[in-house]
Amino acid sequence: MSILGNRVVRREDQKFLTTGGSYVDDLVLPGAAHIVYVRSPMAHARIRSIDTSEALGAPGVVAIFTAADIDLSPMPPGAPFVNREMSRPWLAGSVVRFVGDLVAAVVAETREQAADAAELVIVDYEPLTPVIDPATAEANATFVHESAGTNVALRLPEDLVTVGMMPAEAAQEPPDLFEGCDVIVRQRIVNQRVAPCPLEVRAAASSWEDGRLTHWATSQAPHAVKGELVQLFGVDEDAVRAIAPDVGGGFGAKIGGYPEELFVAWVARRLGRPARWVETRTESMLALGHGRAQIQEAELGGTRDGRILAYRLGVIQDAGAYPAFGAFLPMMTRLMLSGVYDIAKVSFSSCSVATNTNPVVAYRGAGRPEATAALERMVDIFATEIGVDPAEVRRQNLVGNDRFPFTTPTGTTYDIGDYQAALDRVLEAAGYAELREEQRRRRESGDARQLGIGLSSYVEITNGIPGSEFGSVEMLADGKARVRTGTSPHGQGHVTSWAMLVADQLGIAMDDVEVIHGDTDLVPRGVGTFGSKSLQSGGVAVYQAAGQVVEKARRLAADLLEANPNDIELDKERGLFAVAGTPSVTRSWAELAAASGDEGLSAEVDFAAPGATFPFGAHLVVAEVDTETGLVRLARIVAVDDAGRLLNPLIAEGQVHGGLAQGVAQALLEEMIYDEQGNPLTSNLADYAFVSAAELPSFETHPMETPTPLNPLGAKGIGEAGTIGSTPAVQNAVVDALSHLGVRHIDMPTTPLRVWSAIQAARSGR
Amino acid sequence: MIPVSFDYVRAGSLDEALAALAEHGDEAKILAGGHSLLPLMKLRLATPSLLVDIGALSELSYVRDRGDHIAIGAGTRHHDIQHDATIVASAPLLAAVAGRVGDPQVRHRGTIGGSIAHADPASDLPAAVLALGGSLVARGPAGERVIEATEFFRGFLETALSPEEILIELRVPKGSQGHSYQKFVRRSQDWAIVGAAAVRVDGRVAVSLVNVARTPVRASAVEDALASGASATEAADLAAEGLEPSGDNNATPEFRRHLARVLTRRALEEAGV
Amino acid sequence: MKVTMDVNGAREERDVEPRTLLVFFLRDGLGLTGTNVGCDTTSCGACTVLMNGQSVKSCTVLAAQAEGASITTIEGLARGEELHPMQRAFREHHALQCGYCTPGMVMAAVSLVSENPDLDERGVREGLEGNLCRCTGYHNIVAAVLDVARSARGEAS
Repeated sequence: MSILGNRVVRREDQKFLTTGGSYVDDLVLPGAAHIVYVRSPMAHARIRSIDTSEALGAPGVVAIFTAADIDLSPMPPGAPFVNREMSRPWLAGSVVRFVGDLVAAVVAETREQAADAAELVIVDYEPLTPVIDPATAEANATFVHESAGTNVALRLPEDLVTVGMMPAEAAQEPPDLFEGCDVIVRQRIVNQRVAPCPLEVRAAASSWEDGRLTHWATSQAPHAVKGELVQLFGVDEDAVRAIAPDVGGGFGAKIGGYPEELFVAWVARRLGRPARWVETRTESMLALGHGRAQIQEAELGGTRDGRILAYRLGVIQDAGAYPAFGAFLPMMTRLMLSGVYDIAKVSFSSCSVATNTNPVVAYRGAGRPEATAALERMVDIFATEIGVDPAEVRRQNLVGNDRFPFTTPTGTTYDIGDYQAALDRVLEAAGYAELREEQRRRRESGDARQLGIGLSSYVEITNGIPGSEFGSVEMLADGKARVRTGTSPHGQGHVTSWAMLVADQLGIAMDDVEVIHGDTDLVPRGVGTFGSKSLQSGGVAVYQAAGQVVEKARRLAADLLEANPNDIELDKERGLFAVAGTPSVTRSWAELAAASGDEGLSAEVDFAAPGATFPFGAHLVVAEVDTETGLVRLARIVAVDDAGRLLNPLIAEGQVHGGLAQGVAQALLEEMIYDEQGNPLTSNLADYAFVSAAELPSFETHPMETPTPLNPLGAKGIGEAGTIGSTPAVQNAVVDALSHLGVRHIDMPTTPLRVWSAIQAARSGR
Repeated sequence: MIPVSFDYVRAGSLDEALAALAEHGDEAKILAGGHSLLPLMKLRLATPSLLVDIGALSELSYVRDRGDHIAIGAGTRHHDIQHDATIVASAPLLAAVAGRVGDPQVRHRGTIGGSIAHADPASDLPAAVLALGGSLVARGPAGERVIEATEFFRGFLETALSPEEILIELRVPKGSQGHSYQKFVRRSQDWAIVGAAAVRVDGRVAVSLVNVARTPVRASAVEDALASGASATEAADLAAEGLEPSGDNNATPEFRRHLARVLTRRALEEAGV
Repeated sequence: MKVTMDVNGAREERDVEPRTLLVFFLRDGLGLTGTNVGCDTTSCGACTVLMNGQSVKSCTVLAAQAEGASITTIEGLARGEELHPMQRAFREHHALQCGYCTPGMVMAAVSLVSENPDLDERGVREGLEGNLCRCTGYHNIVAAVLDVARSARGEAS
């Protein structure tokens, strides 16, 4: 009986539930000095002077560093082919570019002393005009980076042509894009800036000993952090050890190292003693990378009876003050432009701009939620325009099952899907007909609380960045197994999941499989955990390594039992090798490990998947809108998600739940707001509407499993799918509740103010 | 996250606390539950140099039926008010409102005295006390005095208390034929975007509003209209009369006025008007 | 100043500044790092502990205010090897992922169930309004707490 596919409770939890996890700020680091950063209160200003004299005299202060003290080359550029003039300094030199930008590092004996001293640093700022609205950044005469001569960080598709990633012809918009369309609908859509808000904020600690650095980071990718530190200090690979201990959530925002994290290592080296840093939540809201932040101009055209023929999306991507991965999100949006639909002609263009705001990074979905949200909104707008049921419009346009592998007009090749089944399933599970009937009843009676039904059919790309992930399995003398994985779980349950995979291959107990992760001294190489890629890369690597160990063991057993390896069987029930036909003559894993001598019994795999995989699904949200106050209550959230074969449905479900909550939160509640001067207005968890249990119903999840042919586990990624599908389902539900009043679109988040204003506008015929 | 340093004294008696206030004036702040004060201090928005902790004074925590009114010690926690049998029976609006303050953890610590003395117009309890027509008892160097709730809230975070006075008791009338607290929030733990409290006592209806002005306010136009025989709907239409609410991320002034009307109507309906 | 309190059944006395928050007293003073700091506006509940049996946000209590009190943190919930029903339920229901909100969530849930004998789903969701989680979407947390509430009432789960 294979354990794979079973709901197995997590082994990790014993620790988390009794003593709590070991997070970076929990670390006991004797002699460590504490760092508190002085951050800019201005969005755009020239630094006239920094006076640290009073602060230096404050109790416990060890040192204060500004840009002038730093003997480091500039930070590695945030992302390839972004204008070098937009690189991020370690500490702001002459100009600060967003509220929260780093100005000085105050180092003291205790956290309290550092916090007190930081307030005594006097910075004289000369205000400069801030560039805040991304819609006007391109044309703006003021540059976020003076020497760049522009605020444009990346233009698609032009820049792909320039670097040779796309032929010029492919970058052209199809001629007569909307030819043959009876109906064209247009909408400006805002996919608003949000804050990832992991419960654990960022922290870092560094200790140098005999020229060797040990650095603890709240990171999703410790090997990447190690690489950054090696490059930063110009030392050998083995001079740096990066450790991601338990990490309290990342969601994409904790992948690479931020300057305030990496700088801790510089401080430690400069001072000749360990150093540590932890931010406050307010700092995290200001300076942990934000997500989304696209302004979209969408046009969709089709026939009167519902066939979609053409789709154009123009995106302005707000990349923030130091464009990094955020500038690239539109590339992901472009990849998933046409979603689950077979659309003949599409066109995409984007302009990523710098603004005087916190840089935007990858956040749960990273460019794909933006694609799905725009497309699913437009499908609903189209359906309303032609008076056809939105489920029916979707049904008419889904890519059929016989079309896979399916290549989209933007060149993305989907592995396998069954979009029709997902849609059918969600409609059935939700009781679609009954819901429409209830909606009709309330409309007829003029009920103050109207019902809206929102649909979303989605497909998304996981493991999209080419590369391999590392996994190794080693048999120990006692017959247990030690696994090393290059993935870096921070809640995804890899210890349990990889133990399942290896135990299943080897025929030993799950509890006899140790899984090591997150330490570059203990795991030779790795990519990390993000992009919903771990199971289909690192999990497969571990699975294959275990398989290779079985084969080595088989050959070894054959030697010992003087038999042909083909005649050796592994009895997985008992974890014993025997010659077929003589089951009583066995060799155990312990015996084989002992017999393997110096060579040992182990295997390493770097698994590179042949391509990305494409999980898909359909979500349906029932929203109740109080038309008197604009308040939206989410009555039901029904989610059908297909991520290929599920290794551990309990864990997979948990990933969907978390994804749903974040997706729903963007549609309903959350927005990171800056005023016109670039002051953040939602810089703590009281002002930022982080969703709580009271705003959500329990979820109705219905997994489907259409295995991918691209890896032996049949697994796709699931971490971000819930977020991608749910956001437009909520938004569509809110608009649907009010469509009979003439409301056509409401931007996210659908706050009471926005909803009420939309109702007023519709009623007065605007 | 880290407050500015301060000195701390744990008062062994009310007199000790009063003496400390008299000595230090407005450099000293009273600490009871700390759930109005400490959040401000952690953000360094408040930097008193001395905290006088009256949290251990159990004599400030009580609920007593005094016949024509209920007396509640200023040190009584929101949780205890929410569940107190006497309050639930005889001043149910107060119990209902206390149960909406913050979240369960906050309600275990925050005190009604602290909330009222802090006088945030976006807080729930000051408006409830105003609607109930309660009175506050303050003790200072010159002795005790009773201040009507209608005279107590002077401005934004400003009350009739002098820096040397400590709020020791709240008195609310007994008996109500109906009550309602309509708290409009986007998230359960949030401060009210707008709130409306209504209570019916002996044929008189009182309505007070949260977060529509610099203090909690009575919706007197609504009350007068009801007294003149208007229906709940008609009267509620006057809820925004004379109000100039502020705008923020959650609401424009116009939306606040609208919510005041809607919530007042709903509060009146639920209170059985 | 010296503060003395009972923490997880042991009398603890330390020297603190008046401004030392209870959460830092526990984490730095006593090395009990299970209780976490997640915000600076008393919003997230990651710091929740029991003070005299009631859930409180230890980031908004001065250590000095806990003088003489009895504090229970996540480390003190289990009886030796035997997990508290809430700990067991969280594990069985997969009510945690990264674990950061978990100690505070568990302590808040224990207090909630002890004070509310008739908890239903709505009651649990509202009862946990002061505890934020980014990973789980709350679904499994609510299921775990309801499970414990039902058992406490003697009902089958």
